[in-house]
Amino acid sequence: MLRIEALTKRYKTGDAALRSVSLSVGPGEIIGLIGPSGAGKSTLIRCVNRLVEPTSGKVWLGEIDVTATRGSALRQLRRRIGMIFQEFALVERLTVMENVLSGRLGYTGFWASWFRRFKQADIEDAIALLERVGLIDHIDKRADALSGGQRQRVGIARALAQKPELLLIDEPTASLDPKTSRSVMRLLTELCSEHRLAAIVNIHDVGLAQQFLPRIVGLNGGRIVYDGPASGLTAEVLTTIYGEEDWTANAASHADEEATDEGAASSARLLEVSVGPKVEAAQ
Amino acid sequence: MTADTMRRAVDTPSTLRRKWAPPRLIEGTAARWLLTLAICTYLYLAFNSIDVNWTRVAEGLIRAGRLFEGFLSPNFTARWSDIQQGFIESLTMTVTATVAGVVLAVPFGLGAARNIAPWWLYGFCRGVIAVSRALQDIIVAIFFVAMFGFGPFAGFLTLTVSTIGFLSKLLADDIEEIAPRQVEAIRATGAGFWQVIDYAVASQVIPRLVGLTAYKVDINFRESSVIGIVGAGGIGATLNTALDRYEFDSAAAILILIIAVVLACEYGSGWIRKRFA
Repeated sequence: MLRIEALTKRYKTGDAALRSVSLSVGPGEIIGLIGPSGAGKSTLIRCVNRLVEPTSGKVWLGEIDVTATRGSALRQLRRRIGMIFQEFALVERLTVMENVLSGRLGYTGFWASWFRRFKQADIEDAIALLERVGLIDHIDKRADALSGGQRQRVGIARALAQKPELLLIDEPTASLDPKTSRSVMRLLTELCSEHRLAAIVNIHDVGLAQQFLPRIVGLNGGRIVYDGPASGLTAEVLTTIYGEEDWTANAASHADEEATDEGAASSARLLEVSVGPKVEAAQ
Repeated sequence: MTADTMRRAVDTPSTLRRKWAPPRLIEGTAARWLLTLAICTYLYLAFNSIDVNWTRVAEGLIRAGRLFEGFLSPNFTARWSDIQQGFIESLTMTVTATVAGVVLAVPFGLGAARNIAPWWLYGFCRGVIAVSRALQDIIVAIFFVAMFGFGPFAGFLTLTVSTIGFLSKLLADDIEEIAPRQVEAIRATGAGFWQVIDYAVASQVIPRLVGLTAYKVDINFRESSVIGIVGAGGIGATLNTALDRYEFDSAAAILILIIAVVLACEYGSGWIRKRFA
């Protein structure tokens, strides 16, 4: 359904965020994208809906070459891809309902959206979605009046209002407490299977990823270094993705923030292992 | 660091330096004194060059006394029809110029925001804003009076230009500081450019735009009484006439009314800002 071929992104500053990344996601498949900060996770999902322009490589959504579209074709393509953000990215001063309905902007003419005259079917769908995520009582509250977990639910409803085929989910739980994180992840996976949605979930929390996401892709330094089942995330694999750390001491702990290119641990599931020139001594 | 090495570090200073004074603005002693002397000399000469004509001061004080007397007994009735006409003109100028200014300031503000506009539009709009801000209102008013003659039309144009300069600059600066994530999220839904402006940009900047507009209304009213003095109509013209005729009681009445209107605007704009926050 989604095919990424040799995708490379080099920012103007000269930093290569992605180096020839290839990945494919089947219909209804959810994958977790893990890796240290700066590994290119956000860049990768933003290249899929072209919020970031890739330097080279191709992205295919079904039969459409995403990297070749522009103008209104690109906007039509974006309608098929829902996105959920770390800091929720709700429009703070708009109401919950306006935020959800903004998911329909790609299907609504400018003046209709200016006067907030959405199609009756869109309004009914938005109400149903708010009921599904349990926020129907807050329909006319301003988004900035909600708690973190509630805001993320509005963000999810907005993405689903697009009736997307693919969800791009950027750190959905990074601003939430552990309990809310779990309920948001559960909601996301349920909704994906209800609507048969494919999804890419960027996630920092390895424990949470293993608990909810069957397939994990590990990114380090802009390259895919692991692609396999969540059960295959052994200490060695985590070391390859994140760098040296005592993974057994607290397996569910948050990932190490430092991106070190060390540890040439071999594993059957490792696709590529980047061995950096500088090898820091293990503590 | 062990406790032993720590104690040693505290006991013996690392250098031999023992004195300290805050760093001076100018390091050299001679240069500092010379500069102080030069400034004092200049100020002495400058103050001496101001001619104080004590007879004129005395006359002025008498006139000031009469002005304050007028304040104590303001006369609203003697020139009421002039005052009324002046106020209606001023208020009309204020309201029409603010509305026209806002309508024009919004496109210029959008064009002058670097995160929205292409560089050529940005340059053009910033240029227009810079010019309209560089010229003081009274100078603009003199231009327009010279071009279109005396009366409120010149005043209207002056205030419109000044509103464009004021609002579009602040609006553009505000747009440049909006939260980019909200814009990204709306773009990601497949929204068109103007929908992104409406949902993600306008919703972030409108409360401030409304507040600034309310503030500009009361600035414009005060300005309208000043530019009247150079012939651009309004209450300023009436005030000028009253002062020229030494009718201080009528002048006092006008000043009191101006203060009342400005205060009313102040309260009104505060209320509006609270509602739109």
